[in-house]
Amino acid sequence: MAAVIESNTPASAAAPAARPPSRGLLKRLFRDKPLGATGGLVLLFMLVVGILASLVAPYGYNEINMIERLQAPSWSHWFGTDNLGRDVLSRCIYGARLSVIIGCSAALLSTVISILIGVTSGYWGGRFDMVMQRFVDAWMSFPGLIILIVVVSVFGPGMLQTIITLGVLLGIDGSRIVRSAVVAVRENMYVHAAQSLGASSLRILWKHILPNVMPVVIVIFTTRVGTVILAESGLAFLGLGVPPPAPTWGGMLSGSGRTYMFQGPWLALAPGLCLTVMVYATNVFGDALRDLLDPRMRGSR
Amino acid sequence: MQGYIIRRLLSLLPTLFFASLIVFITVRLIPGDIIDMMLSQNDVAADKMSRDQVVAALGLDKPMWQQYVTWVTNIVFHGDLGKSLWQNSPVTEFLRARMPVTFELGLLALIVGLLIAIPIGVYSAIRQDTAGDYVGRSFSILLLAVPSFWIGTMVMVFPSIWWGWSPEVEYVPFFTDPVQNLKQMIIPAIILGAALSAITMRLTRTMMLEVLRQDYIRTAWAKGLSEPLVVMRHALRNALIPVVTLIGLQAPLLIGGAVIIEQIFVIPGMGLLLLDAVNQRDYPIITGVFLVVGVAVMVINLIVDLSYGLLDPKVRYR
Repeated sequence: MAAVIESNTPASAAAPAARPPSRGLLKRLFRDKPLGATGGLVLLFMLVVGILASLVAPYGYNEINMIERLQAPSWSHWFGTDNLGRDVLSRCIYGARLSVIIGCSAALLSTVISILIGVTSGYWGGRFDMVMQRFVDAWMSFPGLIILIVVVSVFGPGMLQTIITLGVLLGIDGSRIVRSAVVAVRENMYVHAAQSLGASSLRILWKHILPNVMPVVIVIFTTRVGTVILAESGLAFLGLGVPPPAPTWGGMLSGSGRTYMFQGPWLALAPGLCLTVMVYATNVFGDALRDLLDPRMRGSR
Repeated sequence: MQGYIIRRLLSLLPTLFFASLIVFITVRLIPGDIIDMMLSQNDVAADKMSRDQVVAALGLDKPMWQQYVTWVTNIVFHGDLGKSLWQNSPVTEFLRARMPVTFELGLLALIVGLLIAIPIGVYSAIRQDTAGDYVGRSFSILLLAVPSFWIGTMVMVFPSIWWGWSPEVEYVPFFTDPVQNLKQMIIPAIILGAALSAITMRLTRTMMLEVLRQDYIRTAWAKGLSEPLVVMRHALRNALIPVVTLIGLQAPLLIGGAVIIEQIFVIPGMGLLLLDAVNQRDYPIITGVFLVVGVAVMVINLIVDLSYGLLDPKVRYR
């Protein structure tokens, strides 16, 4: 996250009219938005745990132990074991890794697509914009989950398919927000000035438009991480996400897990709790960032 | 008003065109080896259909544009969405049976969502920055984060462990036994509605806060009207207008969410139809559901747009 924020600063420095609102962001985050800051810390924690999964997890994610199957939570298995005797805590930790990988890469892809569509459509306007917006209209009238299911029915389930589909899906969705930000920026004096000085469109987009819509973009990215994780788990829950034995949180709540929950109700608790905490943390962090970076967007979600 | 309706309908045409393209292209991207997989997976199909027959049934043997034109003309002029690959009946027949179920679930969820969202949103606004407001707002952010399929799973599991009670999963059509049907639908509707109520709650609160600061509300207070009268008759009516728009925006979420909920509670709606079709790779059904859902969302948004004028006298259609 921090890397994205920092990359904003040098770009904006080139455009004197744009004072980046990202200055002292961390300090303000902790001072004014304690809940959002906590959310950010939880996210960071999940990220680290996910990356270091193989070091942190007490067992492997697919370490089958039929003797210890369906054990209630205990000191040796904090979250209990599942029907194959696998440690639920370890599976949740590896699940965090999958969620973080899919969440971040799909959110990144979607943000890039949002920028590409939003900036071109918003900056050039005219007929191109009109056609593009009708396409976005059409796209947005399909429920995301249904598009996902249809795409998986065509390409089959898998991590790469999930990331690309979710990235494209949310990318087109989010282009609206980028576009309206670009339309607002486009009418600024310094843009007209650059245009009359004969600067090329590409230069204006890169030096003047993009740095100024960056706050919006950062907010979109953060909130998208939560959306992606939720959507991915829904897909996995339907058996259409990353196929087993990969320990996805959504997958752990479905399929074989569900039949054994009556004997081991803890199986129903841990993955759902992880999901809720993760998405809640992303949401409050995203909300706090939005309030700090872009007051105009307040309450828009 | 009439002119507006006509223009609004015309503006729907390009959107419909793109929607049909999206549906058409997505499902047409099936890689060739999947057809072989389909044939080997479905033993029923294997002895009934040859590879060429499946390819022909999917219309994949003609050039792309020709496939598209045939597909669209069949829909527009004959209301024909094709035939199921494995069951010998038209897709429209499946849709006719399943659509009302999903719409009933969606409508119930919408009502439940509004019943949760509006009172809490209003309370949050008139008691701004009190403990109650804070609890209401935290509750709404929490609702956004809890996946409905998790709640659904827990509702299936825990009551049955604790009290030996579990939700009904034997579907009864509404017109056969309305009471039984509602008893079965209400829990899924609450779960689906709660997930959606979070956003509505936030918007209701924001709009109420804005309206409550208006001059005419101060006048109403100054006249000595009671709080319920000011809040309900004067403020709420105006605050709710944008909430109606939100219903249109939430339509895709509602239908998408129904897919998961239908799977948990075994409700035979379009979601279950779609998932079964995906498992059997019955592409004509997948295409049919995909298209119908998209068109349904557009129609809902059209109705929302048009009803705006009835709700808000300030809106003049030009």
